[in-house]
Amino acid sequence: MVGTMEPDAELLSRLRGGDEAAFMTLVSRYQPPMLRLALTMVPSRAVAEETVQDTWMGVVRGIDRFEGRSSFKTWLFHILANRARSAGSRERRHGSADARPAVSPDRFSAEGQWADPLDRWVEQSEDRLDAAVWRPTLKAALEALPDRQRQVVLLRDVEGLSSEETAAILEITAGNQRILLHRGRAQLRQVLEAEMARHREEQD
Amino acid sequence: MFSLRPRGIVCQQAVEMVTDYLEGALSRRDRRRLEAHLRVCPNCAAYLEQIRLTIELTGTVEAEDLSPDAQTELTELFRRWRTEDG
Repeated sequence: MVGTMEPDAELLSRLRGGDEAAFMTLVSRYQPPMLRLALTMVPSRAVAEETVQDTWMGVVRGIDRFEGRSSFKTWLFHILANRARSAGSRERRHGSADARPAVSPDRFSAEGQWADPLDRWVEQSEDRLDAAVWRPTLKAALEALPDRQRQVVLLRDVEGLSSEETAAILEITAGNQRILLHRGRAQLRQVLEAEMARHREEQD
Repeated sequence: MFSLRPRGIVCQQAVEMVTDYLEGALSRRDRRRLEAHLRVCPNCAAYLEQIRLTIELTGTVEAEDLSPDAQTELTELFRRWRTEDG
């Protein structure tokens, strides 16, 4: 993301020495993704913000217990998820999303084959793959995902954590992690597909 | 064109296997069946490519910046902690 980022490990050793600037650098680096995850786990924005603050206090108080076996980010998300769970869980927007197929059945023939050919996204004009063009669409689509799918997609595809780390942080099984990831990614693909088709129609 | 049914997998089944495939969680048999299907089905190959691009694009989504208020509050909390700690 940013070109010259001071590694977490250096900031952490400065933080152990009580360096405020190091603390604020870590805060600005991780606060936004923390808040985003917290929002999916607790009932309100106020509680989410409190949970994040609480997490930072847990970090500075417990910094000596961080052994560096996982990345700092993973450790941070662990603390956050634990605090969010004890802060009270959110009314879950379960719906039937988990049971829905990755692709709507009406896209397939009776024999289960694609009824119409799919677009090759990479063969489209260059701006089709310009991230800046699709970021707002994706961001909105992410926010519209059911909470549990959103938690998994955030940790895996936005934050880049491993499936093991993600399952451990969210306290879900490996199988459940995959199901939620599958539904979440499929939904984001579908939104992008519709948006790309709309975009192309406008250009033609 | 859409009449191919390699080794019993149809497109509708293939799309449900994509995440387990990318996660390395398919059994060897299922992986082979899916790969065989992908070799002969341009649509499912396009689907897999779309999923890969979706993942890539999702990785570029950024969180909003921290509000100045939240930043000030945290600075204060930190200072209090440092004082406590002595």
